Amino acid sequence: MYDVIVLGCGVVGAATAYQLSRYPLKVAVLEAQNDVAGGTTKANSAIIHAGYDPEPGTLMAKLNVEGNRMAADICRKLHVPFAQVGSLVLAFDDGDLATLHTLYDRGIKNGVPGLELWDAQQVHQKEPHLSDAVVGALYAPTAGIVDPWQYALAMAEVAVTNGVELHRCAPATAITPVEGGYAVTTPKGVFEGRYLFNATGVFADQVHGLLEEPDYRITPNRGEYYLMDKSQHEQVSHVVFQCPNENGKGVLVAPTIHGNLIVGPNAQPVEDRRNLGNTAEGLDFVRAHATRSVPGLNFRENIRNFAGLRANSTRSDFILEESANHPGFFDLAGIKSPGLASAAAIGKWACERMLEQEPGLEAKEDFVEERPHVVFHTLSPQEKNALIAQDPRYGRVICRCETVTEGEIVAALHAPIPPYTINGVKRRCNAGMGRCQGGFCGPRVQDIIARELGIDPCEVLMDQEGTYVLTGETKTQGGDAHV
Amino acid sequence: MYELIVIGGGPAGLAAACEAWDKGLRRILILERDQELGGILNQCIHNGFGLHHFKEELTGPEYAGRFIHQLEQTGVEVQLDTMVLQLLPGSPHQVHCVSAQQGYQILETQAVVLAMGCRERTRGAISIPGERPAGIFTAGAAQRYLNMEGYMVGRRVVILGSGDIGLIMARRMTLEGAKVLACVELMPYSGGLTRNIVQCLEDYDIPLYLSHTVTDIKGHNRVEQVTVSQVDEHRRPIPGTEMIFDCDTLLLSVGLIPENELTRQAQIPMDRRTNGAVVYENMETQIPGIFACGNVLHVHDLVDYVTAESQRAGAAAAAYVQGTEKASTSLPLTNGPGVGYTVPQNIHLDTDKAQVFFRVSQVFHKSCIVVRDEAGNQIAQFPREHMAPGEMEQISLPKVLLERAVGGLTIAAEEVEEG
Repeated sequence: MYDVIVLGCGVVGAATAYQLSRYPLKVAVLEAQNDVAGGTTKANSAIIHAGYDPEPGTLMAKLNVEGNRMAADICRKLHVPFAQVGSLVLAFDDGDLATLHTLYDRGIKNGVPGLELWDAQQVHQKEPHLSDAVVGALYAPTAGIVDPWQYALAMAEVAVTNGVELHRCAPATAITPVEGGYAVTTPKGVFEGRYLFNATGVFADQVHGLLEEPDYRITPNRGEYYLMDKSQHEQVSHVVFQCPNENGKGVLVAPTIHGNLIVGPNAQPVEDRRNLGNTAEGLDFVRAHATRSVPGLNFRENIRNFAGLRANSTRSDFILEESANHPGFFDLAGIKSPGLASAAAIGKWACERMLEQEPGLEAKEDFVEERPHVVFHTLSPQEKNALIAQDPRYGRVICRCETVTEGEIVAALHAPIPPYTINGVKRRCNAGMGRCQGGFCGPRVQDIIARELGIDPCEVLMDQEGTYVLTGETKTQGGDAHV
Repeated sequence: MYELIVIGGGPAGLAAACEAWDKGLRRILILERDQELGGILNQCIHNGFGLHHFKEELTGPEYAGRFIHQLEQTGVEVQLDTMVLQLLPGSPHQVHCVSAQQGYQILETQAVVLAMGCRERTRGAISIPGERPAGIFTAGAAQRYLNMEGYMVGRRVVILGSGDIGLIMARRMTLEGAKVLACVELMPYSGGLTRNIVQCLEDYDIPLYLSHTVTDIKGHNRVEQVTVSQVDEHRRPIPGTEMIFDCDTLLLSVGLIPENELTRQAQIPMDRRTNGAVVYENMETQIPGIFACGNVLHVHDLVDYVTAESQRAGAAAAAYVQGTEKASTSLPLTNGPGVGYTVPQNIHLDTDKAQVFFRVSQVFHKSCIVVRDEAGNQIAQFPREHMAPGEMEQISLPKVLLERAVGGLTIAAEEVEEG
């Protein structure tokens, strides 16, 4: 029997496993998909919020501010791309200015450091491309931008390095109480654990429902985005929000940690929890609202649209609690925004619940908190040469747009949590993330995956199960060619 | 120190390097990012290349092969599998590149020819709504899978865009046993060559829907359905005109973009119309000693014209290195009504004859290309029976005409009244 089973390996599950792996515990993480960070973690604004937004006294307020502090530290230790660029909430009229004061007061109560209210002149001096209609802004220096996949992956990798088992393609299909814990049935076998943490994102209520009827429901809310070419990166240097409304934090314009520009999201409730589609209306909405902040955005420079689902729930706060009827079953649910910013602190919260149950548990002395991660294009010419001399595959550029080498892709394929798919490589190495969107490097990446994993190229998927790319070899398909 | 570094070993780079050698340069280096020379021609296994240049019909690899063979007779150096990361203009110019064999190199050269080619516009560039399943490929990526790697990418196919690669792939997928259900074009005219419409669509009964576009994609894992709608004169979808195709594949042939990241990084002045560098009639950019040719400069329809243009670039690079390039005043050249852009954008007055390339911005029937100077005087006119945006136009302006011009020149396309 495992001491702990973590259900789900998005950023919350990964953060939980990362904290638990510091202790002498037998831990398994069960992930439904073929890779980590495949749900809400992979499709969001990639912002580590400062924490002035949530109502004081809520879990969201406490964990956002704490998670923000932890994120900077974790990203530094684990080589996760992160930059504390600061955020601005823009005001366009007196009503908005009043809102900024409210947010400022909330931020002070929540313990957000360094908040400043800027007048129009200050704003335009710092962000020259903003609309002339902007009359003021709330500046929060601790807000940051992060690579959300690397963030989750890095924490999961450290957990695995320190003995946590990760099982992929292992969605829970049944959860039953057994003597001293719970049994979780998956296609990969039955896992028994003394404690369960439910970090299954937009599916949390359904997974909870395998054990008992939950008293909340997840109400997924879709947000659509534009990801723009690096030519647009310098439109803004801070994360630029508009005043929050009933639909969330509104449409933002922000630099990404990879040097692109992200614009979005809208907010649309959806029934289908796999519905990550874009709509013409949603994209029109995003364009219209974003240009209100930054009129000069050139949407012809868009390189990708995507959508993500917020794990909103029928409650207003995060749902971090133990089941009343089933002790040892904990929900880490309803993790909507600021979920990414709070994730590290949620993981710590979960770990503390575990420690309460096991007084006297001492942290392991041999805990390894590091993760080798080479990013070729960030090295100096001398470092590049030294690396190529050691392994010539670092001299072979596979992804031209992002300058990603074969060496980096091979290293990812042999890391503690190797990717099996083209998008898995993309999230780890950035290959295919650039302006040609994998048009050139896709076939080459597929080739390297097939070679390193010893599988047929036709078996290499784009992403989750079912996303086959090739249908077979040429000269074999047959059919009526009408010649 | 090299006399000339050519960035890119496709048709443009090959022709420029061969020509520079013929004109007497002896220290020439081609840097090619792929594992062999030839560029995109290597995956274009259909025929139709070389009708102008060789007066015969070759496949893409054969066309490239002719130049690779010619290059082998010279002493031009080639580094394959080598990616140029940075170009620093100066005297000499510096080229930073990386390869498995040579590591990270900083090379110096007197002249540079930019011949990096182009890339395909993607789904993101046109923001097609819908889900994001597997099975959506740019036509060129699909072509690589079929022709280079030997794999099929789908069974039931819709093609968006009627650019030449899309048309060629309609035929190619059909010959490999796929069913191509439709070719869908946003504009009221095709973006490809007429001969490709006939030989790749009509010959195989593949319907071409002009003034239509893809308005939705369904499929969580793999493409399952594509919705196609008619568009109005502002290219907005018309509700109620939706057609639904059950398919597993969507190919995109929605335009090519010159790959000018190095050029921009080097702060070489660019033309927003072509997305390529601003050049003189000898293909020299605004930075002395740096030349550009082929699809990195503007997207061509036929490789034969790439070759001719690149030979001019190679010859001019040689003249630059040898110090025989003449310094003279130049005339600006710009596009008037009906014309989308011009290459070159400037013409030296002492040139014997300037070749000018451009594309028209709409379909013209019986019409005329008119060249006027700043004073409004008509300098030259060229009658045409038919012009379309899918086909590049070319005129040549001899010195005697250029000398007659007052100020800059404008090129316009005008319908000719029948009668």
